[in-house]
Amino acid sequence: MGKVKVKKSDVWIDMTPMSDVMTLLLTFFMLTSTFVKNEPVKVNVPGSVSEIKVPENGVLTVLINPQKDAAGNPTGEGQVFMSIDNTDQLGEALDMVMPDVSAIEKEVFKREAMFGIPLEEMKGYLGMSTNNRQKILPEKGIPLDSIDGGMSEFQMWVQAARTVNENIKIALKSDAETPYKTVKKVMSELQDMDESHYYMITNLKVAEEE
Amino acid sequence: MGKKKESKQKKMTVRVDFTPMVDMLMLLITFFMLCTTLSKPQTMELTMPSNDENQNEENKNETKASQTVTLYVAANNKIYYGEGIPEYNNPEWLKETTWGSKGVRNVLREHATEDGTKPVKRIELAVKELNMDKAKNPKAYPEDSIFQKKLNALKKGELPDGKIPTLTIVIKPTDNASYKNMVDALDEMQILSIGTYVIDKITPDDEKLLKSKNVEM
Repeated sequence: MGKVKVKKSDVWIDMTPMSDVMTLLLTFFMLTSTFVKNEPVKVNVPGSVSEIKVPENGVLTVLINPQKDAAGNPTGEGQVFMSIDNTDQLGEALDMVMPDVSAIEKEVFKREAMFGIPLEEMKGYLGMSTNNRQKILPEKGIPLDSIDGGMSEFQMWVQAARTVNENIKIALKSDAETPYKTVKKVMSELQDMDESHYYMITNLKVAEEE
Repeated sequence: MGKKKESKQKKMTVRVDFTPMVDMLMLLITFFMLCTTLSKPQTMELTMPSNDENQNEENKNETKASQTVTLYVAANNKIYYGEGIPEYNNPEWLKETTWGSKGVRNVLREHATEDGTKPVKRIELAVKELNMDKAKNPKAYPEDSIFQKKLNALKKGELPDGKIPTLTIVIKPTDNASYKNMVDALDEMQILSIGTYVIDKITPDDEKLLKSKNVEM
């Protein structure tokens, strides 16, 4: 018998169209998306029918997290974290609140997604390693009470942000389960310094009709 | 003679292998898909009255009693309302209702002023008509600002068939009301196109009233 010769054919798939599609997809994702912020605490925002979007830039986000006791019930106290989307402005705001900050510490601070450390602990915090910082941040928060009757640290930050960018918009982001008194504290602090116009971040929800 | 000079240029097809490129792009796409959010979150705009005491006193009592509804947002998802001037000594003035279309929305819709009009219902209808008109001939609204202008006029009670008085809602969340409930209350204002509402603090009088009704605060 003759040898059965298997014809070996070279299979070549043209990947050019595939790479075209991929490039398109990649461009789409790069242009339309914003990066997820690494928030120290996870909050579930309430739903609303409002269709206004968060302003594109110049936003001071105030994250309010209700403190819960061991049983999971809110204690009424809350932690406050903040972020400014523009890192240059964030650095300037830090200079204003803490004039004695060093350049290295400022760099570290600017790389954080959110901040919420009492000023007296700030130096020590910025000197820690990244891992330690991530571990310690969810337990802190910006103090809302002022010790000497002057401005609270929260108000100092808001004022610094306002000075750095006078058109900055304030957006509150709070968990749906937060007791109102926690939010009220933040709101009245803002009111005290004549910041009466702000946004509240919500999820889109379709209104139910009868 | 010797060999003929090879002058024929060899034609060869240049094929670049794109497979590694595709691999890399896939990785990048996966990275972007996992690390980003596509949609911006929604927001609500809120303007609180200034804490300036003197200014507050002047602007109080501007609305008529029959055009005011006070909503008390209480703990455990409860909501109470009272129509007209608060009667702090009368627990019957405070009525309980529920969230959603059958509860508080209906209350506001059916609230009639002294001359018998139901402003919320009528404004809502007018806004609906405006929306329908916009959907039918979008050319009439080349800019969103024109639409907003009309919408704001409607919210102020300037209906096509004359001006009607509008309702003023006072929202008073108690200390243990959840943030969600407060947002829900603001949402109702948006759904019903109510233009004038304010978030106010619970006063000691309110507290007494709520206590007399055994409301958990």
